[in-house]
Amino acid sequence: MATAPEVAKPLARPISQPAFDVARVREDFPILKEQVHGKPLVYLDNAATTQKPRAVMEAEQRFYLTQCSNVHRGVHYLSEQATRAYEDVRVKVQRFLNAGEAREIIFVRGTTEAINLVASTYGRKNIQAGDEILITAMEHHSNIVPWQMLCEEKGALLRVALINDRGEILLEEFEKLLNPRTRFVSVVHVSNVLGTINPVAQIIQMAHRWNVPVLLDGAQAAAHLKVDVRALDCDFYTLSGHKLYGPTGIGVLYGKAALLAAMPPYQGGGDMISSVSFAKTTYNVIPYKFEAGTPNIAGTIGLGAALDYLNGLGFEAVGAQEQELLAYATPALSRIPGLRLLGTAKEKAAVLSFVLDGLHPHDVGTVLDQEGIAVRTGHHCAQPLMDRFGVPATTRASLAFYNTKEEIDALVKGIQKVKEILG
Amino acid sequence: MADLRALYQEVLLDHSKHPHNFRAMADASRSAQGYNPLCGDKVALYIKLEGDRIADVSFQGTGCAISTASASILTQVLKGKTREEAEALFTRFHDFVTGQGQPDGNAPELGKLAVFSGVSEFPVRVKCATLVWHTLRSALSGSEDLVTTESAVE
Repeated sequence: MATAPEVAKPLARPISQPAFDVARVREDFPILKEQVHGKPLVYLDNAATTQKPRAVMEAEQRFYLTQCSNVHRGVHYLSEQATRAYEDVRVKVQRFLNAGEAREIIFVRGTTEAINLVASTYGRKNIQAGDEILITAMEHHSNIVPWQMLCEEKGALLRVALINDRGEILLEEFEKLLNPRTRFVSVVHVSNVLGTINPVAQIIQMAHRWNVPVLLDGAQAAAHLKVDVRALDCDFYTLSGHKLYGPTGIGVLYGKAALLAAMPPYQGGGDMISSVSFAKTTYNVIPYKFEAGTPNIAGTIGLGAALDYLNGLGFEAVGAQEQELLAYATPALSRIPGLRLLGTAKEKAAVLSFVLDGLHPHDVGTVLDQEGIAVRTGHHCAQPLMDRFGVPATTRASLAFYNTKEEIDALVKGIQKVKEILG
Repeated sequence: MADLRALYQEVLLDHSKHPHNFRAMADASRSAQGYNPLCGDKVALYIKLEGDRIADVSFQGTGCAISTASASILTQVLKGKTREEAEALFTRFHDFVTGQGQPDGNAPELGKLAVFSGVSEFPVRVKCATLVWHTLRSALSGSEDLVTTESAVE
């Protein structure tokens, strides 16, 4: 099913061939040929959502054209095909994250739903009044608000680990915040604003010394670096399909089987039950206990194609290309007078958030847009982090492996135009 | 690039860099807070009423060039107006920046506001221009609610 023929191409490249063939990879993403306001599209908003390779769109279309049916229901041929295609992706995700078992992979809408699921089920069951939940100062709203809601309901306390001016977690401070009342740690793997790659292995070790489970928000990480949930020993991992070249509306919650099995269900409905009577319902086993109702079948199949595509490129190649772009873009932007980069961590993904003296990011974004350049402006759903750096908003260029140095040059030129127009 | 120049006219940029009446007002008879949750723009508007007339108006806040200039120009055009005249201006300005109308000859006070003529070409920026006007409405109605661009605003 989702094993698109395209994914084999990059593997077929002779190993001796040097650098990443960006021109060839860009051919896989039809949208990159689009024009915006009469200029070639320069898409630098990959942290918001990545573009989709043709293989992903074709996989979804193939499902609707030839396999469309519901899963886990019918005895007929199409349903069997759809079920197999859907469950095959669960195994793909398991391998992608190096999870121990496929039943540890729950399909959800995205990272936001994954975190809400854990807060609503594990959280409601295990967090009591006076307990503490530990997050960091660089969390996305989706890894703040569900915990705040839980804390409010339970009378628990949300504690926040601070970061330094480079945008790195103060690990010693983090460790000091762990105490006998700490019941849960939820930390972003890679910051959507700063690009910081957090020392999650150390964080998990620290938390585990207190027998505290850790959730990693992997929304910005999974597309850019190899994630190994078993090596990390994280208890929960979340990701969004659309941020790793897959469709919107599909994401993943990984959880250790023992934890998931002990958690109450999230939503009630079909598929999550094993038997229902008006007197009593018996819940299905994991993962189905957490997948009430007809799932996003086409999206799941698209996600499978995205994983195949990424695996085809290889994380080594993807990572090297993105780091090269970051190494090129960082000094190029820093040289611009009046520009200040936010997020200068030693371990960093290819995200460049910046402010320009006297210019508001919204105005910057509007001028760049007229140049065909797509960047994100605003608070990036991380208002507490904006407060930490004393800015109301930033402009953010977030890169993917299909971006080029020429596009970075276009951004630099665009910023000069910004200064010309608004200066 | 013509569009951008129409959006970011010299006068507008001047107002955004050197906003008029940018101050708190201790003896304000009315005030209201406006907020755009999508971008974080904030504006606090203060009004001193003498009878039905706006004797003084000032603002504070953070925002983009368009929202700052809009607030600055609002304070200029509103001084001395009656509440009814302010309401009428709101409607005319709103129609203007959403592309539903043009300033007419009978409204010389819209003269200064004509600098926002480029905004209607940039639909995502309309809220930047109208935030302070919605805040004005709230202040005049005496509502204590925070005005946000994501409620019933547009």
